[in-house]
Amino acid sequence: MRVSLDVDVRPLTRVEGHGNIKIRVHDGVVQEARWDVVETPRFFEVMLKGKHHSTAGILSARICGICSIGHCLASVRATEAAFKVEVPPLARQLRKLAKHGETLQSHLLHVLFLAAPDFLGLESAIPLVELKPELFALAARLKGVGNTLCEVVAGRTTHPVSIAVGGMARRPDKRSLRSLRGELEGGLNDLRAVVELVRGFEIPAFARETEFVSLKGEDNYPWIGGTLLSSDGVEMPESDYLKMTNEYVTEEGTSKWCRLSRASFAVGALARFNNNWRLLHPEALRVAAELGLRAPCHNPFMNNAAQVVEVVHVTHESIALLDEVLDAPAEAPLQAEFEPRAGEGVGAVEVPRGILYHHYAYGGDGRIERANCVIPTTQNNANIQLDLQRLAVEQARSGTTDAALERLASMLVRSYDPCISCSVH
Amino acid sequence: MRYLGIEPVRPKVAVFDFTGCEGCELQLVNKEDTLGPFLQSIEIVRFREASSAQGEDYEVAIVDGAISRADEVERLKRIRERAKVLVALGSCACFGGVARLKNAYDLAEANREVYGDKPKETQAARPVKDFVAVDLAIPGCPVSKEEVERVVRHVALGVPFQSTVYPVCVDCKQRFVGCLMERGHLCLGAITRGGCEAPCPAGGLGCWGCRGPAPEANLKEFLALARERGFADREIDERLGFFGGFEELRCA
Repeated sequence: MRVSLDVDVRPLTRVEGHGNIKIRVHDGVVQEARWDVVETPRFFEVMLKGKHHSTAGILSARICGICSIGHCLASVRATEAAFKVEVPPLARQLRKLAKHGETLQSHLLHVLFLAAPDFLGLESAIPLVELKPELFALAARLKGVGNTLCEVVAGRTTHPVSIAVGGMARRPDKRSLRSLRGELEGGLNDLRAVVELVRGFEIPAFARETEFVSLKGEDNYPWIGGTLLSSDGVEMPESDYLKMTNEYVTEEGTSKWCRLSRASFAVGALARFNNNWRLLHPEALRVAAELGLRAPCHNPFMNNAAQVVEVVHVTHESIALLDEVLDAPAEAPLQAEFEPRAGEGVGAVEVPRGILYHHYAYGGDGRIERANCVIPTTQNNANIQLDLQRLAVEQARSGTTDAALERLASMLVRSYDPCISCSVH
Repeated sequence: MRYLGIEPVRPKVAVFDFTGCEGCELQLVNKEDTLGPFLQSIEIVRFREASSAQGEDYEVAIVDGAISRADEVERLKRIRERAKVLVALGSCACFGGVARLKNAYDLAEANREVYGDKPKETQAARPVKDFVAVDLAIPGCPVSKEEVERVVRHVALGVPFQSTVYPVCVDCKQRFVGCLMERGHLCLGAITRGGCEAPCPAGGLGCWGCRGPAPEANLKEFLALARERGFADREIDERLGFFGGFEELRCA
């Protein structure tokens, strides 16, 4: 039977920000399949101009309510590259811990609160408070550990306060760190139940081969800075990020689009996994196998599984990092001395949704002359669009209903965990 | 859900987002130790970031973000018509927040710089109260979930909510956080509305004034003090203007 379909989702729910999906199929033929970002633009790159280096991280954190720690880290890294500052080891460890806290809270928010309702047949996770109180308590407890990690190390989970150019403004007290270590170990138990839950998710069978871009891990699974890597074999230094992203403006959307070797590429947990899976903690690799995740995986719905795998990895790595921080000598420096100087710097950070870049040009007065930020969801836009087109063609061929296609298309975009207002900074 | 055999009254709440980072609405699903009871104390009929429910039947509309496009003005007005109570959540909704920092630049030029020859519709970012009546303002960047919970408790008890009258300095004293000004940092804690538990000073950062002025804040004396301690006018000015909360006080 040749179907005619009309799906109009405006705006998509259970994602950060405002994006629309439009699919029209006539007599079995796809007329249009579109992903449109309609978020109001904010012009952060303009606002950053003239700002003092000590303000840049505080302002740019406000680009995103979920990955504000990642924005702050990319911002100070760009400034430190411009000023040629070497961050002390203890501060680097604390920054990575803050980063891990953000990955935990963001991935768990997405998998358990935003994506899970699709697989459980619910409108949201809110009814779980009464329907499955144990599952809700477990999900809240786990997400809470991520937020506590952010609070203890960065001072706050949304819009951090302790990350400063040159290092960290404050060393967390040992008692809080020890208590966190216990909570993270308890979290490992809870994660067993999450793996079981996600194993039961009916992941749609869909795949479209694409290019995956991430940081390149050398000795560790990569989070902050280093070489840029694509699965099509492109490798570049962090400072060449413009050639890795190739942003362009479209007529309709308020978010830009990107491309590299093909018409689109993908960033995020799945891209990191595909490019760096060998560097994962053995327990995370076991979980990947349990969830049926094997590199290279070209099914975007499996990004949910990749997030769970990263949660396991990050929990183990955080426990090890906490031990290092607890053992660091009392006199270990937290802050590097530096003098502002004219120059440019790029900071690349793997935030939950993929690789994020901040790039600043400073004048000699320590104030920003030019700023550029390239956001993970911006890099995913073209890939989401092409996935939607493929999905529409396949569904039109197999025959489906408006409601079923709406659900599947929404789940597809949601699996990217888009951070839309972030992409329209 | 009944407690001690009594069915509580749960206000029907909808959450809406405009120009901003959505960090304030995210706080509504943070503070996990009390998240379950919090979600049971209200009935969320619409909350795009967290739910696919599309309820139009709400008593309380929580509005997150500043207003910076014509369609946002229209949407906000429709929400105001439907809601009995409209709450401005966060510094962007209350004061314009960091979103209004762009207002200092030429917007056509800003558009060219970011979007080249394909400019996008935009207008000066303004607080919610510039367009519709606001019944309750909960400032903060982000808001304190603890304070949101306090508001909900007041609603449940039918007792009017009174925001804190003391400045952030009191929060620091309560947490035994040493004075940031004494340590050479610029800090707006002395003139900023308290009740946030001072996360910034406790984390090593002077207060940036995201909650706006405390009642009876003595701006004049604060400026004299900050200058006396060697802070440049430009730095003080930028700090006061960062979240927009001090605009009325500065203009007065």
